[in-house]
Amino acid sequence: MERRRAGYEDVVVAVPVSIPYVRYSTRGAHWFVARALRALLEGSGLGKADLEGLCLSSFTLAPDTAVGVTQHLGLSLRWLDHIPMGGASAIVALRRALRAVASGDAAIVACVAADTNHVDTFRATLGSFSQFARDAVYPYGSGGPNASFAFLTAYYMRVFGARREDFGKLCIAQRENALRYAHALFKMPLTIQEYLNARPIAEPLRLFDCVMPCAGAEAFLVMSRARAQDLGVSFANVLATIERHNSFPEDPIQMRGGWLLDREELFAQAGVVRRDIDFLQTYDDYPVISAMQMEDLGFCGKGEAPQFIREHSLTTDGTFPVNTSGGQLSVGQAGAAGGFLGMTEAIRQVTGAAQGTAVANARIGLVSGFGMINYDRGLCCGAAILAGPKA
Amino acid sequence: MSETPGRPKRKNPLLRTRVPLLPPRGRSRVALGLTAAAALGRFELQVCPECGTVQYPPREACHRCLSLDLVWQAQSGEGELISETVLHHSHDLYFRDRMPWRLGMVRLDCGPTLLAHLHCGVAVAPCRVRIVARLDKAGQAALIAVSGRFDICEGAAEMADDIHLREMTCDPRCRKVLVTDGKTALGQALTRAFVAAGADIVWAGCAEPWKRSAGLEEVERLEAVTVVPLDVTNGDSVKSLGAALGAKVDILINNAEVHRPYGIAARYGTEAARSEMDVNYLGLLRLAQEFGPVMRARGADGYSSATAWVNLLSVYALSSFPTHGTYSASKAAAYSLAQCLRAEMQSAGVRVVNVFPGPLDDEWNQELPPPKMSAQALAKAIVKGLQDGVEDLFPGEVAQEWLARWLEDPKILERELAIGR
Repeated sequence: MERRRAGYEDVVVAVPVSIPYVRYSTRGAHWFVARALRALLEGSGLGKADLEGLCLSSFTLAPDTAVGVTQHLGLSLRWLDHIPMGGASAIVALRRALRAVASGDAAIVACVAADTNHVDTFRATLGSFSQFARDAVYPYGSGGPNASFAFLTAYYMRVFGARREDFGKLCIAQRENALRYAHALFKMPLTIQEYLNARPIAEPLRLFDCVMPCAGAEAFLVMSRARAQDLGVSFANVLATIERHNSFPEDPIQMRGGWLLDREELFAQAGVVRRDIDFLQTYDDYPVISAMQMEDLGFCGKGEAPQFIREHSLTTDGTFPVNTSGGQLSVGQAGAAGGFLGMTEAIRQVTGAAQGTAVANARIGLVSGFGMINYDRGLCCGAAILAGPKA
Repeated sequence: MSETPGRPKRKNPLLRTRVPLLPPRGRSRVALGLTAAAALGRFELQVCPECGTVQYPPREACHRCLSLDLVWQAQSGEGELISETVLHHSHDLYFRDRMPWRLGMVRLDCGPTLLAHLHCGVAVAPCRVRIVARLDKAGQAALIAVSGRFDICEGAAEMADDIHLREMTCDPRCRKVLVTDGKTALGQALTRAFVAAGADIVWAGCAEPWKRSAGLEEVERLEAVTVVPLDVTNGDSVKSLGAALGAKVDILINNAEVHRPYGIAARYGTEAARSEMDVNYLGLLRLAQEFGPVMRARGADGYSSATAWVNLLSVYALSSFPTHGTYSASKAAAYSLAQCLRAEMQSAGVRVVNVFPGPLDDEWNQELPPPKMSAQALAKAIVKGLQDGVEDLFPGEVAQEWLARWLEDPKILERELAIGR
């Protein structure tokens, strides 16, 4: 039986905000949340009291959750959500907020991802990331996500014949994009020699395969189309969204994600085909997972991403623009904000606000999310198709 | 199998002795089931009796049918190495000191995918491997993938040629061993067994050295063996040997014991019981106070760090054997103290190994029917237990049977022992 889900016709996303990243910060996560909220208000002309809902994602709020943040920042809300889904948090936050606004539970919802990064934050996060991580991952070399993605990368390379050069091409294209993005922490071009000869981290991964943790925030607003028009802000339409958690638990190792289960529904709901997609924002903490998203979203077949990468140019002016701001690999991974980076960039792209990274005539973009390596694989997958006013 | 390594270089005395760091030791309670099995040298996983699912990591319920009645069952560990990595970077200080570090993902034939340390003898993925469970320096279970070619009894040699995984066992090879009582048949068998296992030096303790035994003189002729004065009932004697040898002992075998049969009614007075407690319980306390702190300081002292403290207890420590009641009580006291010592030594990664043999074939068990364990068999089992990295050793059939009965129901065992079974 065909499942029919309600669409998002009357609700829009607006005011994409990116708080500049820093490698380390002495501030708390609340500082970054506050800064993102201020930027949302300044960008929309709203007052704090106009925010009726907050959907928050952060790894470094502890001991607080979103609840503590309401009092910390003096927010009186009628709708509150906390999305601990890392790289999938933007997609999931968007989905929750869209329904909240559409149903009238909240008129305007701020979706915020913010994390700080003290010198020891990342290490401290790893050991207590999940029960399985503490019991069955961290005691084995304490390599963190580098080790987890090393297994996936090694397996993928062996089974599908991917070469380091293929992943290198993706990383280098993203770096080129990042050079046009003001907030990127990486400011120097990357050559294939530098990529291939970088110091080994967890074989076969080397330095430039791995994201750099940092501090920062990303945010956007969800509201009714009418309200956005009243405020006079640019907005993007949401054509379709999907999410899946713990898909394919019987697979011995993760070579596919939940996108595969819902991708036809995603494109059907959006009423578009792959050709219509002007750019792709993947969750890219390691290049292998970007390759898997290209495959599982249907831009190429399983195992064909290396060939797909060889055949396309992936820069903002290329035949298949990917991670147009530079992605996390070249901008930095600001904790949960890393899950929002592609979303805010996609909103900018389709609303003509992307400036240096603008893809020419970008009308429709696909944002993909992937998050939470709980034990041996990422559990949360999601995607959204956004369209600008020209679409 | 690759060749066992040559002798390690002598330590440069000018270099700082490394502070013993431990790998991450935090575990959920349910995950400690893996550790409990590894302490006995077993690899067990949670199995769902309702649907037969074998699962890992450990969970509170069956992930397939949500049954809550999970049992831990021994597994063969056979599987395929499906992917691997070599870490060059770690977020943990213990591993940082030991880079590079090889890890693998193993799909067990029985279902689950395991993340495991990879032994250096394992070929490049994909290949067949076998998972074994050992205790790491933090005393927690660590899964290790070894080459499927090895026989399971070859744990020692297998580990010995991997410099990292040597830390998860207590191999006597190239180590210095103190046997606290060299005068007994067991003490001499232990001394010989450690020499045979490649120990650098074996010091054999000798109380009342004016009363030498023929056997000890014979053992002393072995090149690696030195007889030293040690009376565990005498604080000064323990202290003086601790001052002389403490900083050199890598493995301490506390085998000194007094054993007199009878319970309460058959022997009047407290003399025999006092003597048992003085050696079996207070002897351990005296040794622990003189040798414990310095062994803790040497928990990460290179290839031949201080690694193990072995206590000769008895299955009677678990439940009183009434016809040997005062002896049972002294061993129960020693067992309790050994658990305290284990907790204290854990911070330095020095393993406290408790040995629970059934009756030895000696004069104090003369009236007990066989099977009884020979000194040679027990000595061999202790050396192998160290090589395998076992923490609680139940050597031989009698001990294994007691263990099974005790694990099944301590109360039933108590009743059986009360009527002499």
